[in-house]
Parts: sequence; structure tokens; C-alpha cells
Amino acid sequence: MSRLAAPEVAAPEAAARRRGWGWVLLVPGMLWLVIFFLVPTIQLASTSLYDPSGSFETGYSMTWHVQNYATALSDNWHLFVRSFLYAGIATVVCLVIGYPLAYAIAFKAGRWKYFMLVMVIAPFFTSFLLRTITWQAILSDRGFVVDTFRTLHLLPSGGRLLATPVAVVAGLIYNFLPFMTLPLYASLDKVDPRLIEASADLYSSPFTGFRKVTWPLSIPGVVSGTLLTFIPASGDYINAELLGTTKQFMIGNRIQLAYLNEKDYPLAATLSLSLMLIVLAMVLLYIRRAGTEDLI
Amino acid sequence: MATSAVASAPRTRPAARPTRWVGDHIILLIGIVVLVYTFIPIAYVIILSFNQPTGRSATAEWDSFTWSNWAHPCAPQGMCSALSTSVQISVLSTIIATVLGTLMAFALVRHTFRGRATANVFIFLPMATPEVVMGSSLLALFVAGGFNGVLGFTTILIAHVMFCLSFVVVTVKARLVGMDARLEQAAMDLYANEWQTFKRITLPLAAPGIVAAAMLAFSLSFDDFIVTNFTSGNTVTFPLYVYGAKQRGFPPQVFVIGTVMFLVSFVIVVMGEIWNRRRRAALRG
Repeated sequence: MSRLAAPEVAAPEAAARRRGWGWVLLVPGMLWLVIFFLVPTIQLASTSLYDPSGSFETGYSMTWHVQNYATALSDNWHLFVRSFLYAGIATVVCLVIGYPLAYAIAFKAGRWKYFMLVMVIAPFFTSFLLRTITWQAILSDRGFVVDTFRTLHLLPSGGRLLATPVAVVAGLIYNFLPFMTLPLYASLDKVDPRLIEASADLYSSPFTGFRKVTWPLSIPGVVSGTLLTFIPASGDYINAELLGTTKQFMIGNRIQLAYLNEKDYPLAATLSLSLMLIVLAMVLLYIRRAGTEDLI
Repeated sequence: MATSAVASAPRTRPAARPTRWVGDHIILLIGIVVLVYTFIPIAYVIILSFNQPTGRSATAEWDSFTWSNWAHPCAPQGMCSALSTSVQISVLSTIIATVLGTLMAFALVRHTFRGRATANVFIFLPMATPEVVMGSSLLALFVAGGFNGVLGFTTILIAHVMFCLSFVVVTVKARLVGMDARLEQAAMDLYANEWQTFKRITLPLAAPGIVAAAMLAFSLSFDDFIVTNFTSGNTVTFPLYVYGAKQRGFPPQVFVIGTVMFLVSFVIVVMGEIWNRRRRAALRG
């Protein structure tokens, strides 16, 4: 997870890279991905162009109904905006709290390094749903968090946390934090501490040293961490469902409803593919801006 | 844990200037605070495993203390069979994804061939796809392929292997790229054949990456709800059971299972590290 993909490798590895039949090793896994990822995605694309007047029972006819996209996007654009907004805020907060954590583990934890790393992954060990359900209890109107906030006048006396955007974003932050921390740690761990010492020896303040040495060297971790947080967060619907109300619903909720409840497959496919393409476009743009194209 | 971690860090100037001490350790303190925050829900899960709820409640709130959840963990109908389904699926999908993914990582790092760059991008794509998209498109494939009747164990397994594969490839690849290939050349120079070199040098060096990838695959698969929800048919995994129970009223035993899962995996990871340290100490002689 340390980097999204290997950059073109340096000399020692290149020497070991061989031509010939090595690609055969790739075949079984690639076949799996082609059959169960590429084919469904292509099928999704064609479903999204079906005539929406059909139904699951009567069948659909393929009419290259491109208007599906215009309808779906104009009906649901606010859900897309909300999803990317929530996911964006969650990603930024994860970066802000995950970076000091990863930094502490990489440079400050000493012999507790491994223990702290296990602690980062530990929440993964109990179920994602259970953790979200406990957040529901923690943030509930009778819980101590709401009590404390009301006492401190951070919330008005009738104010709530559960069923607000704050709760949904907090849930996203909590659930995707390890996806941020681990890649950050992996790239900070590779930074040679002697470089940081050298910057201090050359009279840079700790802050300048961080800005000019540590931060640039950790950029690959920042890029993969933000991607691994933002992508799943933007498609998530569990947090919005359990911690929010229909007013906080994200695009994932809409897709799930269209597929499993309304069985409106053309609509669901259109929304799914739009989400996938928008996310992909944002990812490519972001990677280009971050100057880390060799990550893919 | 918090205090001991702080105490173990080297002190620059003992106690004389506490502000200075805080300044030196501020990042470690922030890190520990973040870790404590991530443990709040875990603590809740453990506490709620001793809860005796009054009536059937859809939310999880504390009522009174009882041991009975721990004495009868499988009392709620269908919960333990869901758990066993989950374990089977995650073990199988971890094995398949780890084997296939490791082969792919070796191909991508150790061999050159036409289309290698394209393969890299293609393997990245599933990670850039939100789960709800993967789940729904797989369901559409299974339905169109006439698998509607057999949605269940096999289709969940297929889906889990699919989304674990990319994570395995990326994790193993990161390890392989960091490996010094000259060690293998040295083994060959010392008359080891290809198989011996692979078994004695390459595999042990790649092992930490492969183990990390397998652990990641297991936790992704075991915990998955979104993709599973689309591809499960009538089969119930543990996350699906929890979700269903949420709608009907919530048996406190799910928190017992949550606690056990946490403890078991925690013990496994810690024992693995102790074993690792011993092995390294033994190697050093």
C-alpha cells in the first residue's frame, strides 16, 4: 500500500528484470480482473444506455439512450456535490490528523513503533458496521458527547449530532483514517532521519526543515493516502445511512436504492458509471497536479 | 499504553522544564491522542458485549450488566453460521487473491514485456472504483449470465478475490521493488539453481510483503459489506447479519463476536511480531 504502483525502478532491480515468458505469471490474475471487473464495467456502460421505459420484468431495449445521463445528472447533481464535499472534508481532516500520527510512528515511537502501527490497524479487526453502529450510540442525543457539547455551549440545548452532516463526515473520517495513515507511514519511514538532522545542522528551523525536506519526501504517501481515503469515502453509503438521514444521503445511497429497491437498472448504471468516471477524472487530474505520474 | 509510550521516549532534559518536554514530544502526544480516539468505538464494543438490553432495540445503548452474552454467544439465530460463512469466504479469497496477486507482482517487477505499463494502470482501476459501482456491476453480470439462482457463496467469493487482487499486487510490488536483486545474483554466482535461489533467497525476502498483503486481503474480505450486499443472494455473512439485525432489533451477542474478533487478531499480530523478533535475534547469533 506504500505506493500505488512501482515507479520505473532503479539500477539493481533493472538488472534483474528479464525478458521472455515472465508475463505468463500475470495471466490468471488478469483473467480474473478482465472477467469480473472489465466485462461488468463494459456491461454497466451499455446498461446505462438502455431505454428507461423498460422494467426488470419486461426487459430493456438497447436504444443508445444518451439522455439517461442528462436526466440522471440533473436529477442527482446535488448528491454528487454532497458526496465529493463530504469525502473531500473527510480526506483533509484525515490528512491533518493522520500525518502527525504517521510521523510519530516513523520517527518518535522508538521501540513502540511496531505496537503503534498495530494500533492503527487494530480498528480494522472489529467490523466496520459495528464500529459505525457504536458511533451511533456515542453521538446519540442521550450520549455523553452531546451532553458535554451542550454543557460547553458548543451545541444549543436542543442541538443534536446524530443525523447531521457533522456525524456523517465524522463517521467517514473515523472509518477511513487507517487508509490515510498507513501509506503516509510507509513513505515517511523511508525518509532518512539524517536528512532532517542535516537540515537542522544547516541552520534551518524545524518548520523549514519539515517544509523543505520531510514534506516533499512524503508526497508519494500523501498522494496515495488521500486517494485511498477519498475514493472509498465518495462512494460510501453506510455512514450516511447509519449516522445521517435522507437529508445527508450521498450518491452511494441513491445507487444502492436504484439497484436493490427500485430495480431501475438503467438509472443505477448511469449513476454508477458517472461516479466512476468523475472519480477517475479527478484522480488523474490530481496525480498530474501532484507531479507524481510515475505512481501509476 | 499512553503513559508507557511517552515514558519510553528519550528525555532531553528531565522534568526541570516541563514545557520544553512537551514541546519535544508534542507530535508523539498528538499521535497518541489520535490513537486513543480510534479506540473509543472499540472500547464501546467491548463494554456493550456485557450489556443486557431491555426489549429489542435498534440502537445500542447501555442498560445493565450481564455475563449471559458471553455464556451464550451463539444464542441469536443464524449469527454463528453467518460468522462461519464469513470466515470461510475470507480464508478462501485471501488464499486465491494472495497467490494470484503475488504472481502478478513478480511478473510486473521482475519481467519486461509489451503492455506492462497498461497492465499497471489496469490493476490500479479497481482501487479507483467505488465499491458501490463494483458491487452493482457484478450483480448485473451475474444476473445477465443466468447466475441469478446461484447467487451466494461462490459469487461472493469471486467478488472478494476481485477487489482484494489489486491491493495484494500493490503491496507485494512495493516490497519487491525495495529488494536488492544483487542478493539473488550472488546466490546464483554461488551455484544455486533458479529454484534454490527462489526458495532460499527470493521468497524469504518477499515474505513480509506477502504476509502483509494476505492480512490486508483477509481484513478487506472479512469486513466487506457493500460489494457483498450486492452479490450475496440469500447467503448471509457476518456483516450482512449485523446489518439485518440492525433493522430487526439488535442482539448484544454481535458485540461479543466483535470483541473476540478484535482480541484474536490482536493476539495473532502480536505473536507474529514476537516470533519475528526472536527469529531476527537468532539470525544475528
